Amino acid sequence: MKFLKITVFLLLAVCVSCQDARKDNKDDKEDLKTDITSDIVGFSDLSIYNLPSHWTDQDGKEIQMQDLKGKVLAMVMIYTSCQAACPRLVADMRNIEKQIPHNLKSQVRYVFVSIDPKTDTPERLKEFSKENKMDDDKWIFLRGTEDDTREFAAVLAVNYKQISPIDFSHSNIISVFNKKGELAHQREGLGVDNEKTVFKILELAR
Amino acid sequence: MVLKQIIFLGSLIITNIAMAQNPEMAFIENGVYTPLYGRDSVQIKVDDFMLDIYPVTNEKYVDFVVKNPKWRKSEVKSIFADNHYLAKWKDDTHLDSEAQKYEPVTNISWFAAKAYCKCQGKRLPTLDEWEYAAMADKTLPDARKKESYNQYILGWYERPKVVHQQVGSTFKNFWGVYDLHGLVWEWTADFNSVMITSESRSGGQNNNLFCSAAAVGATDLMNYAAFMRYAFRSSVKGNYSINNLGFRCAQDIIK
Repeated sequence: MKFLKITVFLLLAVCVSCQDARKDNKDDKEDLKTDITSDIVGFSDLSIYNLPSHWTDQDGKEIQMQDLKGKVLAMVMIYTSCQAACPRLVADMRNIEKQIPHNLKSQVRYVFVSIDPKTDTPERLKEFSKENKMDDDKWIFLRGTEDDTREFAAVLAVNYKQISPIDFSHSNIISVFNKKGELAHQREGLGVDNEKTVFKILELAR
Repeated sequence: MVLKQIIFLGSLIITNIAMAQNPEMAFIENGVYTPLYGRDSVQIKVDDFMLDIYPVTNEKYVDFVVKNPKWRKSEVKSIFADNHYLAKWKDDTHLDSEAQKYEPVTNISWFAAKAYCKCQGKRLPTLDEWEYAAMADKTLPDARKKESYNQYILGWYERPKVVHQQVGSTFKNFWGVYDLHGLVWEWTADFNSVMITSESRSGGQNNNLFCSAAAVGATDLMNYAAFMRYAFRSSVKGNYSINNLGFRCAQDIIK
């Protein structure tokens, strides 16, 4: 019985997972077409818009990274129940935002990606954004599957690990992406001067 | 067309019956282990899982890229694999030599390894699963206290150029798994859960670097070999494609 179940499962798994591959073969031409269009729209092999992952924001809206196309992004990975480093990272993001002049504000989005998607439901993220008075369009709070979160961390070179039921250790890195979704600047550590980060954002937002 | 589909389905079923017996995977029985770096609760429970007996070979990876053009070295996006990706291959779908077929595929990024496993209906092993399975020597599920076990691993770490060996050329461990030590280093699903270099990168002010930094520490520094693996994992990024780093896949047990 167990074998049968495994067989059925594997059959399903193979059907699902390698169908992509078959499609790849069959639709080579179509793939080329989409590649060309993506070139016209303008993002490169290094862009995070290549990531297929789906995320949910604090309003429960589904988004993909490429929906943020055309904006400069300041991104950080946090979790809302964090007592130590995260409040300082949040403060850093706020601080950075304050230094962006009014005419450029609309060009920049500040994105917080949760490393604790189990706890950080959209409702919780919404609450967190309100508590921190970050509740207009500029501030985006995202959660995804654990797998996609792990993958996104790999892209940002952020390391994290759950060390107790409520706490994570994690790298404190603020990453800046240009309007094409390419990594342009990273700042690691807490209480570090924001000057370079702000300078980079201004340069990219103009 | 219908006939084609039937043949296709039929061949799938045959492959799957073969896979269900798992000739390529070994059953790893659940247990508890103390990782080098861990939660504050110290001991980690690892559930039953299946693990590939051998690291993935170049031959198998060729099959994968033939079916998945986007993972060929001329096609792969640089965010997913750096320019050393499959560096030792002759071209997109051909190896440099016949002998390479049976060697573990290396110069492979984490993203690529993950995509390969997914396509097989599998996944990368977690760091805990890998370390748990790798505690075994030929006769014991946990041989870490044996001097000979540690000497063997450290001896391998010191020896240059062991990549050019076929899979299966090292010992078969307690679980029936080959080559966890002695052939190539291997990716794990959560390789980026190791928090070592961040401390040194920022020189000293480490209390500020993580939430709950104090809870992170080595629990078994005697295990120098494991320490080296953790340090290595913490030093790589997801798109790095390194010539001594390969992978194998794991799978959950369906109950």
